Amino acid sequence: MNKLELQKSANQLRKHIVSSLHAAKSGHPGGSLSAADIVTYLYFEEMNIDPKNPEKADRDRFVLSKGHVAPALYGVLAQKGYFPEEELLNLRKTGEMLQGHPDMKGTPGVDMSAGSLGQGISVAVGMALSAKLSGDDYRVYTLLGDGEIEEGQVWEAAMFAGHRQLDNLVVIIDNNDLQIDGSVADVCSPYPIADKFEAFNFHVITIDGHDFDAIDAAFKEARETKGVPTAIIAKTTKGKGVSFMENQVSWHGTAPNDEQYAVAMADLEKVGEALCQK
Amino acid sequence: MSEIKKIATRESYGNALAELGAEHEDLIVLDADLAAATKTGIFKKAFPERHIDCGIAESNMMGIAAGLSLTGKVPFASSFAMFAAGRAFEQVRNTIGYPKLNVKIGATHAGISVGEDGATHQCNEDIALMRTIPGMVIINPSDDVEARAAVRAAYEHKGPVYMRFGRLAVPVINDREDYKFELGKGVTLREGKDITIVATGLEVGYALEAAEKLAADGIDARVINIHTIKPIDEEIIIKAAQETKKIYTVEEHSIIGGLGSAVCDVVCEHAPVPVYKIGIRDRFGESGPALELIHKFELDAEGIYNRIRTKELS
Repeated sequence: MNKLELQKSANQLRKHIVSSLHAAKSGHPGGSLSAADIVTYLYFEEMNIDPKNPEKADRDRFVLSKGHVAPALYGVLAQKGYFPEEELLNLRKTGEMLQGHPDMKGTPGVDMSAGSLGQGISVAVGMALSAKLSGDDYRVYTLLGDGEIEEGQVWEAAMFAGHRQLDNLVVIIDNNDLQIDGSVADVCSPYPIADKFEAFNFHVITIDGHDFDAIDAAFKEARETKGVPTAIIAKTTKGKGVSFMENQVSWHGTAPNDEQYAVAMADLEKVGEALCQK
Repeated sequence: MSEIKKIATRESYGNALAELGAEHEDLIVLDADLAAATKTGIFKKAFPERHIDCGIAESNMMGIAAGLSLTGKVPFASSFAMFAAGRAFEQVRNTIGYPKLNVKIGATHAGISVGEDGATHQCNEDIALMRTIPGMVIINPSDDVEARAAVRAAYEHKGPVYMRFGRLAVPVINDREDYKFELGKGVTLREGKDITIVATGLEVGYALEAAEKLAADGIDARVINIHTIKPIDEEIIIKAAQETKKIYTVEEHSIIGGLGSAVCDVVCEHAPVPVYKIGIRDRFGESGPALELIHKFELDAEGIYNRIRTKELS
């Protein structure tokens, strides 16, 4: 997929995110929108996957450690054809497939249930270790929030991955600078993030997490990196693409009402139209 | 008379892992810097490449086990009960229990028989914690024979299993030709009509001794070994309740949430009779040699006998 197509897919994903959260009347738009470009790249460009065979043994794995941004994962899975897009409007509803946080037992394409912060990365590390033990060549990707890395378990996992030289593992930090109680720098600063991962023997790449050229270059660099795991620190904007949500901590965990939904969709329509002019 | 053979069930765990490891290439053993104590070192010696030391990081170890199970391996995550069930409780719940992954947890050094290390390392709460996780199988073997069989059964079962082992060498009581381990099946070790003693883990041996002493006083006690605490054998418990009208439970665990509570859950609903719980009575442990502690906490044969005799003759 070329850059323009990726941008269009990501814009479509943002519409799915806003629509599904509006229908659910609850959930987490800010981090879902900030992660949309990364998730789009992973599923449309980077990972070896087959939506017709979600369980295929040699597929690349993705663990959404920041599980509250499930709408971003669900949206892209629907776009890839793992399940019908109509399902997205049943998000968080009683008896429906799409749980508030990902549930691998019921949702095709979800490689691991996650959502309790700090735990997904360990599972990704376990998968990467498993490939090394049996000589398989699949790769493992995990996406964490920048607030999430305040959890101590993240650093237990980083220590282990560095120690075991898991170069088939890519840890992506969605560095949108905001967590529920405020800016990550104010709440309990995890900065400098790059230095911390480097100290645990990671190769670290810092990029603009909304620039597909930079995203593409980073994942290619990660593939070339041998003997150490890679951490990609993606500088992003919380609420990206929706004017009134951008950089607003209040949109961490609030769904748009009807009026806000209309404005958000209009914002994204405008982006979509501009992309079509290109 | 020859000395009764004594083996700690943690030793049985290590030996069984090494045995199973030779049969199954997908078996991976994880530890958190306690290989010498949990006895996974026995496996490590045989299969060093399949023994993964995670360092002192039990929460991460549970996640790694989950990742291994999702990619076709059968991981046995090993640590002390305090850290496996206690520290890593939420990881076990959310990362192993909720997705129902095929992860086995080998928890050694359970209960006060840890001994001298004292209360911080004596986990009397693990059964209670693990029982609350939907779908979790809990096995608490009574001796070496049962522990080795339990590890094999855990491997063969698809889904999460919590195995509870002890530090203290305990008498082998199941060394007979017709011994068969069935997951979820209680075992009647002594018939009796007056009362039933339901015991688990190292208390099974003590319960049998106590039953013999009670017989001398004219109290005919049935003894049931519950090695699988979840799913519990309801049938054998209901039958005992109906036939003996009274149950004593004995466990090296808190009387809150353990075997006693599990038995009460069954009896309350299906065959209400009095249940007296013998175990750790809502308190922490303390330092001392294991056998002295078991005596002090009245969990040896004498303690069980006195408790039941007093109740029965009052």
